[in-house]
Amino acid sequence: MTAAQAPSIGKAASTPGGGLLDWLEGALPKIVVAPTFISALVFIYGFILWNGYLSLTSSRMLPNYHFAGFIQYATLFANERWWTALRNLALFGSLFVFGCLAVGLFLAILLDQKIRAEGFIRSIYMYPMALSFVVTGTAWKWILNPGLGIEKTVREMGYPHFNFDWLVNPEFSIYTVVIAGLWQSSGFVMALFLAGLRGVDDSIIKAAQVDGASLPVIYWRIVIPSLRPVFFSAFIILSHIAIKSFDLVMALTGGGPGFSSDLPATFMYTFSFTRNQIGMGAASAMMMMMIVVAVVIPMMYSELRRGRHD
Amino acid sequence: MGALSIRNVRKSYGSQDILKGINIEVEDGEFLIMVGPSGCGKSTLLSMIAGLDSVTSGEIYIGGRMVNHLSPKDRDIAMVFQSYALYPSMTARQNISFGLDIRRVPKAERDQIVERVAQTLQIQHLLDRKPAQLSGGQRQRVAMGRAIARNPILFLFDEPLSNLDAKLRVEMRTEIKLLHRRVGKTIVYVTHDQVEAMTLGDKIAVMRAGEVMQFGTPRQVYDDPANLFVAGFMGSPSMNFIPSEIVTLGGGIGLRMVSDGVTQVLPLNGAEAKLKTYLGKEVIVGLRPEKLTHKVDALCGMPHIHVIQSLVHVAEPTGPDTLLLVRINGKDVVCRVHPDHARAHGENIELMLDFSKVAYFDPQTELRIA
Ligand SMILES: Nc1ncnc2c1ncn2[C@@H]1O[C@H](COP(=O)(O)OP(=O)(O)O)[C@@H](O)[C@H]1O
Ligand SMILES: [Mg+2]
Repeated sequence: MTAAQAPSIGKAASTPGGGLLDWLEGALPKIVVAPTFISALVFIYGFILWNGYLSLTSSRMLPNYHFAGFIQYATLFANERWWTALRNLALFGSLFVFGCLAVGLFLAILLDQKIRAEGFIRSIYMYPMALSFVVTGTAWKWILNPGLGIEKTVREMGYPHFNFDWLVNPEFSIYTVVIAGLWQSSGFVMALFLAGLRGVDDSIIKAAQVDGASLPVIYWRIVIPSLRPVFFSAFIILSHIAIKSFDLVMALTGGGPGFSSDLPATFMYTFSFTRNQIGMGAASAMMMMMIVVAVVIPMMYSELRRGRHD
Repeated sequence: MGALSIRNVRKSYGSQDILKGINIEVEDGEFLIMVGPSGCGKSTLLSMIAGLDSVTSGEIYIGGRMVNHLSPKDRDIAMVFQSYALYPSMTARQNISFGLDIRRVPKAERDQIVERVAQTLQIQHLLDRKPAQLSGGQRQRVAMGRAIARNPILFLFDEPLSNLDAKLRVEMRTEIKLLHRRVGKTIVYVTHDQVEAMTLGDKIAVMRAGEVMQFGTPRQVYDDPANLFVAGFMGSPSMNFIPSEIVTLGGGIGLRMVSDGVTQVLPLNGAEAKLKTYLGKEVIVGLRPEKLTHKVDALCGMPHIHVIQSLVHVAEPTGPDTLLLVRINGKDVVCRVHPDHARAHGENIELMLDFSKVAYFDPQTELRIA
């Protein structure tokens, strides 16, 4: 501020109005960024702190600020439903992340074979990404509904004993979330990988052919290892989608049947806003944040350190 | 049969003919250079030898075996690429041993080969680095190491030195030549640099627009160019092309040369028979800059030496020689003169034209007449 003001005094005399303009030119970037910066500070980091404090109180329907130690965390981890949510997150998270990586990579490799109508096919794979998770969830709810979708269609095709009731089966409901999530996000991962594959120098592949490697070996030992940075970005993006997954579950299963497909995010929502357990909701939210930190930070750290050495 | 035989090979992409009937024979252990301007189809031909591109028509034989339908891995070749094409996620050691690994060479033998190759190329200290941690010249060595390790019967090099700076390029050029002598294998080497072609090659194929313009030893290509293109492409500074009219001289014919208003008719020294039909017409006289020098009295009596007077337009000292620009028959002509005998611009100089290696070209067909 002071640095921007000093020259403005000198210049104001020679060109009337120029002083203000000069000051504006220096300050404009700061002015433009300030609202975002302040709102990020307040609404993200401020609320994280607030939430952190709430998790240490005995708040129920409304927030109160009586410090109560770690009692909310104790009840949280004594709660069977929270453990289901955690197990589901582990299952959904790993299947979703590795499934998307595998499917995305596979599609990208297929598309990389100089096939016809590539642009068209690429758009088809990319379109799900343009939908919101709510639409995806609703669509898949119909598709997977035993009375409406796949099960009914196959039975009508002449297989009356065909069973596909994962959506309403508590043991399998979480897998329907995986299916819908895969459908939605693999296209995007494919686009990331395709960009990475296109960046591989053609002569590297020719060199490997002359060296005698077959196409699968070339991909496995040369091309895919060189996509390491892409794996890293995709992993970070996918794991944070997985950990904060909320809308997809809400639209698809609503966490049910029972609470069999609960994830931490839906758990947090249910306890904070429909069960009047704000303190416990806050504690679960803090746990989610710690999961993100625990997964993402070590990876970023190791990858960035590697990057500097390479 | 030789190491490589290319017979009437053509390549088209759609209706576009990239290679128009190439014929080249390479003997065992020879160093073949394919040289030509960018886009003339050198890389395409090399890719076809490697099996990375299909052959539209014609046949390619490697070591007496027809390879048209063999995949690259079955052709027993190794290739060095312009961009080095090292595998980015592997160390130099893994890069060199990858081809051996694929061919299931036992680990102990593999290590031994890598060790030997690294020693030959002096890259032992680089073996555990990734390509990103190597300089251009070091990558070049690793890429060559990868080729040597496989011990193929034929090496293919696609402009391997063009990404290096000038000094390193000269160093590596010498090294490749030594390497060829040591390994003794047949090499096909693509370049657009005629100096590389002259210094490295046992045989040179000069190409233009998908055709071989001349195929021969460096000396043949340099001293006896088959046409205007080869004459102009090989050599730096390039050969002078002086359009001259054939006129009568005594009982026979001679060349009319006009330099700064002075007209001289020079005898043809043995080319009369072939040039007789051009009497009254113009031919193009090809004379290399080193054949236009300052006058040396001791040589002046010889039949193929002629002396003319010229005005120096530009003088360019290069160090060992000074290049003088004069005008003969209205064309700028470069002469290579010893610095002690050079003249400054605006001065007159007596030039000695050495016709012992002169070439005459037909201006229409661009072919050599004599
Ligand atoms: N895949 C292709 N499709 C169409 N034309 C090609 C293809 N590859 C090369 N060409 C053409 O072939 C010609 C020769 O190319 P190239 O062999 O790379 O030349 P050089 O290596 O001599 O510079 C160029 O004119 C180029 O445009
Ligand atoms: Mg090329």
